[in-house]
Amino acid sequence: MQNLFDWNLVLRIFPLLLPALCTTIEATLLGMIVALILGLLFALARYSPAYAVKKFTAVVVEFIRRTPLLVQVYFLFYMLPATGLQLSALTTGVLALGLHYAAYCSEVYRAGIESVPSGQWDAASALNLSSACTMYRVILPQALVPILPALSNYLISMFKDTPILSAITVVELLQESKILGSESFRYTEPLTMVGIFFLTLSLICAALSRQLENHFALHRK
Amino acid sequence: MTAAWQAQLMFLLHGLIVTLELTVLSCVLAISISFAAGYARLSSILVVKYISTCYVELFRGTSSLVQMFWVFYVLPLLGLRLPALLVGVLVLGLNAGSYGSEIVRGAIVAVPREQREAAQALNMNSSQIMLRVVLPQAVPAMLPPFGNLLIELLKNTSLVSLITISDLTFSAEVLRAESLHTVQLFGLILLLYYAVASVMAAGMRRLEFRFAKMRGA
Amino acid sequence: MQEPIIRMVKVFKKVGDTNILKGIDLNIPATETVAVIGPSGSGKSTLMRLLMGLDRPTSGDIEIDGEPMWVDSAEGEKKKIEHLRHIRSKIGMVFQQFNLFPHFTALQNVMEAPMQVLKMERKAAQQRAEEYLELVGLKDKMDAYPAKLSGGQKQRVAIARALAMRPKIMLFDEITSALDPELVGGVLNILKSLAAKCEMTMILVTHHMNFAEQCADRVLFIDQGEIIEDGKAVQVFREPSHERTRQFLEALIEHHEQ
Repeated sequence: MQNLFDWNLVLRIFPLLLPALCTTIEATLLGMIVALILGLLFALARYSPAYAVKKFTAVVVEFIRRTPLLVQVYFLFYMLPATGLQLSALTTGVLALGLHYAAYCSEVYRAGIESVPSGQWDAASALNLSSACTMYRVILPQALVPILPALSNYLISMFKDTPILSAITVVELLQESKILGSESFRYTEPLTMVGIFFLTLSLICAALSRQLENHFALHRK
Repeated sequence: MTAAWQAQLMFLLHGLIVTLELTVLSCVLAISISFAAGYARLSSILVVKYISTCYVELFRGTSSLVQMFWVFYVLPLLGLRLPALLVGVLVLGLNAGSYGSEIVRGAIVAVPREQREAAQALNMNSSQIMLRVVLPQAVPAMLPPFGNLLIELLKNTSLVSLITISDLTFSAEVLRAESLHTVQLFGLILLLYYAVASVMAAGMRRLEFRFAKMRGA
Repeated sequence: MQEPIIRMVKVFKKVGDTNILKGIDLNIPATETVAVIGPSGSGKSTLMRLLMGLDRPTSGDIEIDGEPMWVDSAEGEKKKIEHLRHIRSKIGMVFQQFNLFPHFTALQNVMEAPMQVLKMERKAAQQRAEEYLELVGLKDKMDAYPAKLSGGQKQRVAIARALAMRPKIMLFDEITSALDPELVGGVLNILKSLAAKCEMTMILVTHHMNFAEQCADRVLFIDQGEIIEDGKAVQVFREPSHERTRQFLEALIEHHEQ
């Protein structure tokens, strides 16, 4: 009767998983930076006076949101080399994650902008501020604060989506656990450990996110 | 259209059918679990509440792909040999069900307390209150977030390609190895997913509209 | 001498650290119409909620028709709730915010409890519902959803809904407070005719003094959780025995004259 859970194995592979954990975290953070910046650009584009820009962005955002991340990852992985761009698997993965989540973040930014009372726009007009000035100095600062919880939720989601990058050979946690599994012929321990890593980190992030929410809720009054 | 292209298209179509099957089956599972778990989270029996909370936190806190691999690799070791398709439906359903339970719970809690009190004042018992007063008001509020969840479910079916289920994504990967038209291939399946998601979204909107009409609003 | 239909003995209600009701002693005989007046925060609504069994007193006893409202049975929670529902079948309540079921038409709102709780047949329940909607003057609106009704109409449907259960006691918790002034009259007229028929015990929390004087047999003035004054309507309004009552009534008259 095989051991159901070999604790010695756990101790042995724990240090081997750490570099993969770093890759996972790296992918998440870089991906989030891309998503936050690109998402803001998408959102602002929806307020552009040029109809074509508005419509095009809306279509692109909807398309990204309604198609699977895995397929988008494959698409970029196979398409980018064809255009002459030689990027590492990790970079491609970060771009795919960033693009995918930029679409979601753009909706969050828009919700934040819409939640700023219309009186603010009126006041800015009355003071004759230019539309760029209005957006960057008056509206955005007010819009960004209440959406932080939603953005941090997407950060956690992105973190949980990084295993998808294993499909394009990025050696993050899932890939590493599969490698270790095939070496030791025992998948239970590595996969369970990876599961626990994810659970622990996302619970911590969720708790931090709630703290953030409470902090801002207090300050709003 | 060359015969080769036709054969490839048929192959993709089979993959699309598998994707649709997976989506429908896991939707049914997810919705059932959502109501069961959502209701259980509101239970006054502590054990029930605790177990359902653990289930929700576990599935929401871990990556769906990791869950899939875990069930695929580890469950056979525990003696349970399930066909890959079932593993896919199970994990997708359990995963979506954990998010869905929050939708159900949130909508039930959002029904104003006064409605429950008015029903109590009329001396209705607790199951009458839930079935006749609370749920009819909670369900319309659940439709938009459920619509989004089901589209997420559709997108998550692509993950089963990594545990060798021949869905649309898997079929595309297989064809990629044989053909040179990689970009068109993946572009095509992106469009197919988009089309199915759009049909689902439109269906949800119709449903929301029907419910709003019933209220006479 | 008949048993009072409502009896409260040394009832206290604490919410958090605050004592909302401080030792209420009350006996109300059957078929009496009682008006409850008092400043906001005095505990009037809490009193009504306790009478309806929506909340439980922190200490003290409430008896309805000779039976205690709350029993701590050895058989546990289920028995307690069954008993509570048995008691509640004798009481009806109309709320300040109407609380109509938005997903049912006016007719369905009134029919629902007779069908579900009294287990009446659909046809019989419908007939009864139409009767009571006629009584409140809204038979022509019976197929309308609450969203399409005015505040006064909604409140009248709420009254019909409560009456359809034929309770022995009816509680009205400031039912005109949420209404626009021009709609108040219609609702008050219904209450007047109900009071005149004298079949039910009615307890009304109100701030319409003229109305209370016309309809009520008895008036209770509550302030800061205690019953300050308890007597016949004429006596309380014309010659209150307590200073606080006098002050309250004067303040109210001034407010109305403005």
